[in-house]
Parts: sequence; structure tokens; C-alpha cells
Amino acid sequence: MKSSVIIFPGSNCDRDMDVALKKFGFENQMVWHNDAEIPKSDLIVLPGGFSYGDYLRCGSIAGKSRIIKSVIDFANSGGLVLGICNGFQILTETGLLPGILQQNKYLNFICKNVFVKIKNKENKYFKNIKKQVLELHIAHNEGNYFCTNDELKSIEDNGQIAVTYCDHKGNDDEKNNPNGALKNIAGIFNKDKNILGMMPHPERMIDPFLSGEDGSLFFENLIESL
Amino acid sequence: MVEVNEKIAIEHGLKSDEYKKICDLLKRTPNITEIGVFSAMWNEHCSYKSSRKHLKKLHTKGDQVIQGPGENAGVVDIEDDDAIVFKIESHNHPSFIEPYQGAATGVGGIMRDVFTMGARPIANLNSIHFGSPNHEKTRNLLRGVVKGIGGYGNCIGVPTIAGQTCFDESYNGNILVNAMTLGLVNKNKIFYSKAAGINKPVIYVGSKTGRDGIHGASMASAIFDDKIEEKKPTVQVGDPFTEKLLLEACLELMAGKSIISIQDMGAAGLTSSSIEMASKGDLGIEIDLTKVPCREENMTPYEIMLSESQERMLIVLEEGKENEAKKIFDKWNLDFAVIGKTTNSKNIELFFKNEKVAEIPIDFLAENAPMYDRKWIKTKLPKEIKFSKDQFKSLKLSDCLKKVLIDPNIVDKEWIWDQYDHTVMGDTIQKPGGNAGVVRVHGTNKAVAASVDSSATYCHAHPLTGGKQVVCESWRNMISVGAKPIAITNCLNFGNPEKEKNMGEFVECVEGITVASKYLNYPVVSGNVSFYNETKDKGIKPTPSIGGIGLLSNYKEMMTMELKNEGNYLLVIGKTEGHLDQSAFARNILSEFNGPPPEVNLFNEKQNGMSVLNLKNKNLIETCHDVSLGGILIAISKMSINSGKGVKLFPLEGLVNKFEYFFGEDQGRYIIEIKPENLENVENMLKKDSIYFDKLGLVEGNKIILKNEIKISIEDIKEDYKKWLKEYMVN
Repeated sequence: MKSSVIIFPGSNCDRDMDVALKKFGFENQMVWHNDAEIPKSDLIVLPGGFSYGDYLRCGSIAGKSRIIKSVIDFANSGGLVLGICNGFQILTETGLLPGILQQNKYLNFICKNVFVKIKNKENKYFKNIKKQVLELHIAHNEGNYFCTNDELKSIEDNGQIAVTYCDHKGNDDEKNNPNGALKNIAGIFNKDKNILGMMPHPERMIDPFLSGEDGSLFFENLIESL
Repeated sequence: MVEVNEKIAIEHGLKSDEYKKICDLLKRTPNITEIGVFSAMWNEHCSYKSSRKHLKKLHTKGDQVIQGPGENAGVVDIEDDDAIVFKIESHNHPSFIEPYQGAATGVGGIMRDVFTMGARPIANLNSIHFGSPNHEKTRNLLRGVVKGIGGYGNCIGVPTIAGQTCFDESYNGNILVNAMTLGLVNKNKIFYSKAAGINKPVIYVGSKTGRDGIHGASMASAIFDDKIEEKKPTVQVGDPFTEKLLLEACLELMAGKSIISIQDMGAAGLTSSSIEMASKGDLGIEIDLTKVPCREENMTPYEIMLSESQERMLIVLEEGKENEAKKIFDKWNLDFAVIGKTTNSKNIELFFKNEKVAEIPIDFLAENAPMYDRKWIKTKLPKEIKFSKDQFKSLKLSDCLKKVLIDPNIVDKEWIWDQYDHTVMGDTIQKPGGNAGVVRVHGTNKAVAASVDSSATYCHAHPLTGGKQVVCESWRNMISVGAKPIAITNCLNFGNPEKEKNMGEFVECVEGITVASKYLNYPVVSGNVSFYNETKDKGIKPTPSIGGIGLLSNYKEMMTMELKNEGNYLLVIGKTEGHLDQSAFARNILSEFNGPPPEVNLFNEKQNGMSVLNLKNKNLIETCHDVSLGGILIAISKMSINSGKGVKLFPLEGLVNKFEYFFGEDQGRYIIEIKPENLENVENMLKKDSIYFDKLGLVEGNKIILKNEIKISIEDIKEDYKKWLKEYMVN
């Protein structure tokens, strides 16, 4: 399976993602933001970081970068596009995913392990993951998901909520909401479920010596289901 | 143009005899640009004029040292072809005036020092000191500094893996922000700042030059008064995004062979970077200031030379490599300009609009910079406090534990490190909150441990002992995670060196550091000095911060402080005499602030540490934690809180005062967890090496229990320990 990780100026989880994808069997290539085309890929990843310094608004400049047109075309033709953290912010800025990511409720950057509940397994990203609750890691300042009531109704109706923040038992209530996100949303799909944006970083949880190993489940499933 | 006279020189922070020396050296009156250059190079921050004499004594050599003090950062060998570049630096004065930007640019500056040498930064650490929690400024300063450190480090994508936070009223008017960075480099591809060869192009890369930070280095060499807020415009403004680009662009250029020397523009900007490169290469340098990329209009040569705009580098390239280099900087959208060349004149010559605006022999600025042998006085060892039995009579161990555990210097600092990205780069195997942070050397079995320590209370009570103690504590932190201690970097934060007492504190702390680092073979390879941490005559407690690093040849053998298994034995390595003077217990429970700090016995320190490493290498230790601030009971509490596992303490033997035993801060001690089946073996090994140890207790249940004395549920103390700082910050 071939994957491409886009590097924007200011991306800083590009290497981590490259390491993770290769570890689980992807043939990964790095693609520079100023390139016009993306090499043939089965998966495109927009990594975490601070693309273009996140100046103006998180992900907004990356959402207008040269490479992004190819990403949009790829996504619209049904290709798998995964945006992690800043990548999620970029996907909302391009309009590929609904809603926005605001500053965290308590106005602080948060770096810690969280639990997320998988809300929809009928897609390539979570299909064969047996667990219902994953322990992942977040590291962001703007992960407070928000969308209009109409948008919320539509993403709920279409099963577009991918993962929600919860406790280890899967209670995704306000008590287990680290950043103020609407409905504890940690990640969402587009309607066709080929695009996934999420704040948690599975690539940081792929080894027993790191913060945990549930990220491995995510990548193992991804390569299997492709 | 302004006519320079003594008054103007003094306004630049020079003394009148220094001004006279300048005129004598030049055999004329300097012009305004030249006086600016002199003041930047001759201030305390750049010239080390009060400290140089004493810093020469530091122990800086060792088998693993590739580069000691004097470069952008120190470099040590970590086997194979790998080396670690590391340094700690202060950004105290700017952080007090503007906490966010001050702290942010402190982090930016230290990272530049490290990647200037060709290393990719792999970990950040920091040591931050604030005034009393009750002081009106403390909360906002803490909030701003933490946001600044996070804002910069998180954006670059380098994990902040450990740190230290202290509160003490002596920092009410002068907070300390010390930032440390570790970078990884191939030891055959290290870049230095020494220029070589004449007529080589001098290149400016990075951000444009603005008017920010003009005279920042001079400000860092001054004491504060009521008008300090007016100095806000001299604080630099950081742009971590540009630094990230600069990092990637420099490393890309360094992969080739075009760089002769490279130096970041830190304190005193273009002035000190150009002069240092030329001085080290015994060359001259010629710069056309018209070619310097400027952010603001009509900047004068004086302003361009003294600006401390961030994220800039100066490079001496091989001739003919300009286009190749420019392509890389164009790719990363960074400014690139050929602004001058190296010469054989041994002068710095500055041109602006085709006119020569300054010419100074480089010797005058570097080697001839003033060096003072300042007067200093010794601090006597304070008399021991004789505590009377009555003072302990009404005390209960469990009450004391609860009270000492919420000393602001002991409580959990999660509120702080949750705001630092400590997991980016995917190699952090020990997070903040442990004995030391540990990161793997990417793609290998090795890992590097790092910590920052300071003990201002001890240094204040007796600087010589304090200086030794802080090196030992750093050494112990390395051992506690199972790493072999390699080397240290020191950030020496002191008051006004023109005062004999402050100067004495400096001299004796440096002596203590030297003695301990020599004995433990734990050399100092880099560092900086920050004097004049004084406001309205009130100076800080002497605060040397020691950043230590250690090596684990197999990261899977790393030790942590969380208790592991029910039924395991806990041993205290090292003798507990019960030294309460200057302890957290004495301050919090007995309101006693005097007395000598605990004695440092380097022989025992080394023996105890080596025996712990030895046991670890034989796979006999499950958990390890050093005993420091607060003593045994606080150490046990933290181990329990972090793991949720309780401890059953064995009854004390003999006539020892239980408060002294459990809260004494004797040095050179560790608590280790041992499986029952290994106990005999461990005891025999320790006895054979003549290592003193006590059997402390067993891992058991979810309470800390000592028969008839203590019965505390972990959940109870955990809540208090965890919530203190969070509640403090919210209120």
C-alpha cells in the first residue's frame, strides 16, 4: 500500500507519521507543499504541526496551498485522506469536513493521554478494530470542535462522528471532555467516510515504551482494510 | 550624528573607566555605532567580565567530551557515531518584563545554539523560579512563562521532557527562566563558529532585522528599578514558525559541504556573532550594513548592529557556494543575503551607503574586554539548629506528611507540563514528573536522560555545599532512571557581582560545582552566567541550575519511580542521619529557616550511585527514586501516588527521632524496589560493597501505613498533591 504524507512549512509530526506508516507496512513518501501533484497513493495524510505557523487561523493558509488542490481532487474521487491534529484543522478549512476547531475551552495547550470511543466502524479507518475505546494522545491548543446545529444534525444523521472523548469505560459525557468540543467530538468523517479528521495522534502510540499502544490498532486496521 | 562622550557611554551601561579604556585603545573618540558595539561586547552578559576568572576553574574535561565551554553549546560522545549537543541558558530579565515573549525567545535562542552546531534538537527542558505564591505578580508571570515556553517549543515540534519549578520570595522581583536543549548530531559532522580563510562570503539568513531587542544584552546586565516596565520595547519578539523553517533550512545546508562556520545571532545580534566568528578564526570581517535585510525603514547602522531580532544566523561559506545555499533558503522562504566577507585586517569594518561607519580591531572587543577580579567574601557554615524535644511533641507524622506534600515546591506540576508537548517526535519514553526525562536516540537502542536541578535554599545557606549538592542531585537523577551520568551544563543565576556577598556566593557555588563534578567525573561542557538578578537592592538567592545528561545503552532497561508489585521490598540506599536544617519539614512544620544545608559526602555519593547502577545492570531493581526535597516520606508518597500502590513501612529501630528519619534531607540516598526473591542477593551485594542501607518496607495495598503512626490512603493525598497548582492558577 502506498501512502503520502504532505509536508507544509511548520508541519512537525510528519516524521512521526512516516515512522508509523512504515512500521505497519505502508510504502510511504513525503510530498512537499509546493508540489503540484501527489504521486500515486492509496492514502494521503495531512500531519500535525503548525502549518505556516498557524498564522491567521489554524490550517487556513495550508488550506489554500498549492498541493491542496490535488488533495481535494483525490478526496473527491473517493481516495482516503487522513488529517491528524493540524491536518484535521486543514481539512475543515478546505471544506472537505464540516465545522471548525476553536481554541480549547480553558485556553491552554493540552498534551496528555485521552480515551476515545469509536462511534462508527462501518468505514476503512475503524472496521476491524475490536476495541470500542482507544487510549490515544492529544497535543493541541485548538481542538475544540464546533459546528452549526444544522451541520450537527446532518453529521449525526449520516454517522459522520468518528470518535468522541470519553473515559476508559466509554462514557463520553461532559466530564470527559478535555477541550470543550461539541458533543465531545474528537474526530469526524465526510459523508462518504473516505476522509477522516481527528485531533488525537495515533502515531504517538505505537510502541509499549511510548504513552501506549492503541495507535498500533489503528494502523494495523488501516493497512488491512485498504 | 551624535557626538559620543562619557555621558553617552555611561548611558550604554559602560563604566567611566571602561569608556576611558576604549578611547585609549582606539586613540580617538569612538562614534555612536562603535560605542554601541563596545557596549554590547563589553557588558557582563557577553564578556563574562566578572565571572571569567572563576569559570576557568570549572572541570570541563572527560573522555566523552568532544567540545567543552566556549562554543555555541557543549558536545559529548554517546558512542557509535552519535553525539549530544546541549546547553542551558537564562532569559531572566526579559521574562520578568514580558513573560510570554521573554520565555519564548529564551527557548528559541537555546534551540538555535544547538542546531547551529549541526544537531537536530531532540528535547527541551527548563528550570523556572518565581516569587512567593502570595506575591501579586507570581500567578501571571507563571502563566505567561509557561505559555511562552510551550508556545515556542510546541510549534517547533521538539518535546519538552522535564523541568523544575520553584517558588521563593527572593524571586519576587526577579524571576528565573532557564531553558535547555539537547540535540543529536553525527560526531563527524559538527559545525563550529570559528571562521577560516580570507575573502570568504559572509551570509545573513533567517528573519529580517527590526528594532526589537536593541540593547537586550545590556538590559540583561543591569539591575531592575521601578521603571523596569519601560524596558518592554527591549524585549525580543519570537516567531517559532520562522525558527522551524530556519532549523530545517540550516540542517539541509549542513548536509552538504559549503559551510565553513556558522553562528546564531543571539545576545547582541549581528555584533557578537560577527565578532566571535572573526575572533575565533583570528581574522577580520567586513560587513555592508546596507545589504542586511531590514523589517523597518530607515534603520541606522547602530540599530542594525544592536538589534536582537530573533531567528537569524550568520554563516561563512566556501566561495562559489552562494547559489547552492540560496536555493535552500529560497525553498524555505527565508531571507538570504551576502552581506560581507572575511578579511586579513583583524578589524571589524562596517560600511553603510558606501561609507565606512565603524572600524575596530577585533582584539579590543574580545580579548581586551575588561576582566574583573571582583572582591568577594566567604559564607560561613551556619550553626546547626538544636531542635528541642518539645518541638516534636505535639506533631503527628501523617499531619506533617500532608502538610509538607503540599509545599508549592513539592506539589505536582502537571498544570505546567500538560501545556508542553512532551511526546512529539515519538521517542519520549519518560515524561515530565519522573526523576528525569528520557528520549530514545531515534532508530537505535540507546536513550538519553536529562534533568535540570537547582537548590537555592541550600546554596543560600552555604554556597560551597549548595554548589556540590546540586551537581550530586543531578547525578542522582541520572542514576535513578538507570542512565550513566555523562556531563552537565550550568546556568549560574546570581545577584549583583559588584556586591561582595553576591560575588562570594558565585565564587563558592562555582567551587562547589567544580569539586563535585570533578569527583563524580561529570564535567561541565557549556553554560551561561546571569548576574544582576536584583531589584531595588534585593537580590535573588544564589541559584545555579544544573542540566545533566546521561546515557542508557539499552532503553528497555530504563527505571521509573512508580511502584511495581505487591510484596516487593523497599530499601533505602545511603545512610539517613536525619538532617532537618534547611529541609522542607523545618520550613513548613517548625518555621525554621536557618541552619546548614545537609552535608555532601562525595565518596558516599559516588559509591551509593554506582552500586545502584550496578544492581540495575544485574536486573535486580524494579523501581528507583532518589530521596531529595522532603526526605523519605515525601519520596515514598510520590512513588505511591504515581502508581496507586501503597507501602507498609517497617517499624523504626533504635532511638532515632522518627521526624528526622522520615523528613531529613541527607544526601546520596535512593529508594529502590526489590523482588523478594532478589532480596538476599541484593543485600549481600550491598554489604560486600560496604553500602549502607535500610529495609524500609513493603509494597502493599493502597495506603501508606506505619504501625500506630501513619495510615493514609493514597487517594486522599493524591488529590491534595495534584490539585494545589491547578487551584492556585484558577483562583
